[in-house]
Amino acid sequence: MVYLTRKIEFSASHLYHNPAFSAEENRRVFGKCNNPHGHGHNYVLEVTVAGEPDPATGMVLDLKELKEILQREVTDRMDHRFLNYEVPELAGQIPTCENIAAVIWRLLEPKITRGRLNRVRLYETPDLFVDCYGDDNGAGNGTSVGARAPSKGAR
Amino acid sequence: MNLQLSRRYRFSASHRLHSEQLGEEENWRVYGKCNNPYGHGHNYVVEVAVSGPVNPETGMIANLADLDAFVERAVIEPFDHKYLNEEIAEFRASVPTTENVCIEIFNRLSRFPQARLERVRVEETGSNSFEYLGEPAGATHE
Repeated sequence: MVYLTRKIEFSASHLYHNPAFSAEENRRVFGKCNNPHGHGHNYVLEVTVAGEPDPATGMVLDLKELKEILQREVTDRMDHRFLNYEVPELAGQIPTCENIAAVIWRLLEPKITRGRLNRVRLYETPDLFVDCYGDDNGAGNGTSVGARAPSKGAR
Repeated sequence: MNLQLSRRYRFSASHRLHSEQLGEEENWRVYGKCNNPYGHGHNYVVEVAVSGPVNPETGMIANLADLDAFVERAVIEPFDHKYLNEEIAEFRASVPTTENVCIEIFNRLSRFPQARLERVRVEETGSNSFEYLGEPAGATHE
């Protein structure tokens, strides 16, 4: 098995706001990420595909093909967009790094037909990133019921 | 969806690699210039990965304010600008190699209440790093 990784960057804005929370609670839970005007990041996305090299070409999949998939599914959708309002796949979700990574996994997974999507790693900043491995272990997803984040402050 | 959140932190500290179980000459042979009796220092980077369900109300595995505060209290505050051999009690009995530093940091962070600790990776310099994922279930670590 060989693991092949391609990296792209996109820039986008977002804000964290839960309409079910009061204004005060939104500020307490999300801190400065609750600024109603939004703020932005230069996201870096690393997509890893696992597979056996094709004996005829020596490739797991053609990088050109992967590049086109990433352009179409991610860059065209998210680059220079306001994620809360312009990406329908994120509608109704807080566009955290966790939720964006899960959306990107769901967009890419059916499009990668040679090899198998192994990991989506999304950097929001160089010091904060999320790894998504799909549903392989049956762990919770964005709709599962988790303990309510008890904290104050920002991310 | 199987998701892990990772965050990078930094601290600077000094250490000396010297084993009480080895003679003077052997310490020098094993550790080389890291055995310098005056010690030396590094800018360490600690990468912490946690996992768990995404809270649908917040979109988060764990609130970074909670994780940052926990790591600050458990690791950064006690380790930053310290001499690890003398000022971290655990390294009076073990050599503060980055292997042992990585395990010690993992053990301290495994008590983080809001998510499951998956991995600690410590970069001693830009060229070498160490990862610890804890012991397999059922095993114990000294």
